[in-house]
Amino acid sequence: MEKELKLELEKIACKVRMGIIEGIHAAKAGHPGGSLSCADILTYLYFKKMKVDPKNPDMENRDRFVLSKGHAAPALYAVLAQKGFFDEKELLNLRQIGSILQGHPDLKKIPGVDMSTGSLGQGVSAAVGMALSAKHFGNDFKVYSVLGDGELEEGQVWEAAMFAGNHKLDNLVLFIDNNNLQIDGTVEEVNSPYPIDKKFEAFGFDVICINGNDFDEIETALNKADTCDKPVAIIAKTVKGKGVSYMENAVNWHGAAPNDELYEQAMAELKKAYAEME
Amino acid sequence: MSEVKSVATRAGYGKALVELGKIRDDFIVMDADLAAATQTGMFKKEFPDRFYDCGIAEQNMMGIAAGIATTGKKVIVSSFAMFAAGRAFEQVRNSIGYPHLNVIIGATHAGISVGEDGATHQSHEDIALMRTIPGMTVINPADEVEARKAVFAALELDGPVYLRFGRLAVPIVFDEDYKFEVGKANELRSGSDVTIIATGLMVKEALEAYDLLKAEGISARIINMATIKPIDKDIIIKAAKETGAIVTAEEHSVIGGLGSAVGEVVGEEYPVPVVKLGVYDTFGHSGPAAKLLDEFGLRAVNIVEKAKKAIALKK
Repeated sequence: MEKELKLELEKIACKVRMGIIEGIHAAKAGHPGGSLSCADILTYLYFKKMKVDPKNPDMENRDRFVLSKGHAAPALYAVLAQKGFFDEKELLNLRQIGSILQGHPDLKKIPGVDMSTGSLGQGVSAAVGMALSAKHFGNDFKVYSVLGDGELEEGQVWEAAMFAGNHKLDNLVLFIDNNNLQIDGTVEEVNSPYPIDKKFEAFGFDVICINGNDFDEIETALNKADTCDKPVAIIAKTVKGKGVSYMENAVNWHGAAPNDELYEQAMAELKKAYAEME
Repeated sequence: MSEVKSVATRAGYGKALVELGKIRDDFIVMDADLAAATQTGMFKKEFPDRFYDCGIAEQNMMGIAAGIATTGKKVIVSSFAMFAAGRAFEQVRNSIGYPHLNVIIGATHAGISVGEDGATHQSHEDIALMRTIPGMTVINPADEVEARKAVFAALELDGPVYLRFGRLAVPIVFDEDYKFEVGKANELRSGSDVTIIATGLMVKEALEAYDLLKAEGISARIINMATIKPIDKDIIIKAAKETGAIVTAEEHSVIGGLGSAVGEVVGEEYPVPVVKLGVYDTFGHSGPAAKLLDEFGLRAVNIVEKAKKAIALKK
């Protein structure tokens, strides 16, 4: 990846992270850890990869995105706002009465959201359905989805994977946001989904393992995915809470909002990181 | 009484899918390894390229259907009522109901008349479950004719639809020229002493009850309530006003089904006695369907009994 582009993406991702923190702080609720971990993946998809148009969010042959780990909604919202699907100011209304920005993504209310998600394991099935529809009706859009690693404990994920593998849905790319933490502890402590790569391989996927907080690796993986003739699972090692020092790899920041003091600290860190890129 | 032809409503469902497949190609049919039983197998045979078997994975099937529907295409999914409404309830609620997607759920083998398979497969809760989902249309056809027409009507609706079909062959009630309209009940017999509101295979029983009551000098109004949601309030309120007592009859639990839906309308709009006939908070068990319908009291004679009770409750 060209240095300039990488820097540009890193700056956008930094703004996305600010949007995540601002929204969750304003809402006094939400899921910062898993939003921050997948922020780079979402940024790359919306700013570099996917065929989408913020002025025409329902464009018929657009690429689709399903946030199967729907609780990372603040990341999706911040990316959509950065991309221009709606005003950035709306992020401060996250989770408020009357806001389009529901606690979990709502396709009826939010421009650019392709599927309502939140109940884990369900988004991936919908993504499979979209990919199947494209194949069946002769459309050439691709479908991208981000799942949590804890989400892999849901049996429905594997029902969906089995179907996608058997139907060779090569227009489907799943990212596993492998930040290794879920509410009750590490994924190993709770109910280990490992080895994730071998499982997806066994279900008929091409598997690519990357650092999911590195734009070079995200780009390489997605380019490779375009050449696969099977569905693709990108196992993305990420840092939960990435970008905010006290949230990184900290299980207690799965679903908690920072108080005013910690909010200021988080924003100061992100602003400093942004300034260093300028 | 003259002999009438008996056909299962699920057969009407399968036949309608094939008929629809011949005139439009903008929909997909899916099943979860029950195509031979649900009768989507008829469509599969005719249009193998437009049929997808999800295997024994009803939850995923609902999600896939939702995904297809987001792309602007229609999709019809099938399984037994127990698994479509029961096992996959939350998928139907969150992935189909909440985004209000155009998914038609063709649920067969509903109720005690499943017979020999027994309690694990006899769904008496599906109407209750499905009608609690905002925006869900719930239709329970009385016979094969109505079943076919309901499938055609469902494909024209906006939003999710739950179609409830039975395994057992049941007598034909309607002529081919019968006009089915979603949300509109129809009066099959006029009467003034009591109204019997029936759904599904209980409609035929209600018509028999009409004759039995007539022989005893009781004038019963018979209403077929195929659409349980949105329910036809007007016809219920009119019946409450004009006959002063109502009996509901359904092959479903008395908790949450047609009886509850009618009771909700009557209680709020024009209170009169509503006596419910259905399955009384119990599981079924194995046996031949006809014997089970006798044993669980889902017959014309039971409706007659309830009708008398309802009349006695009038002030």
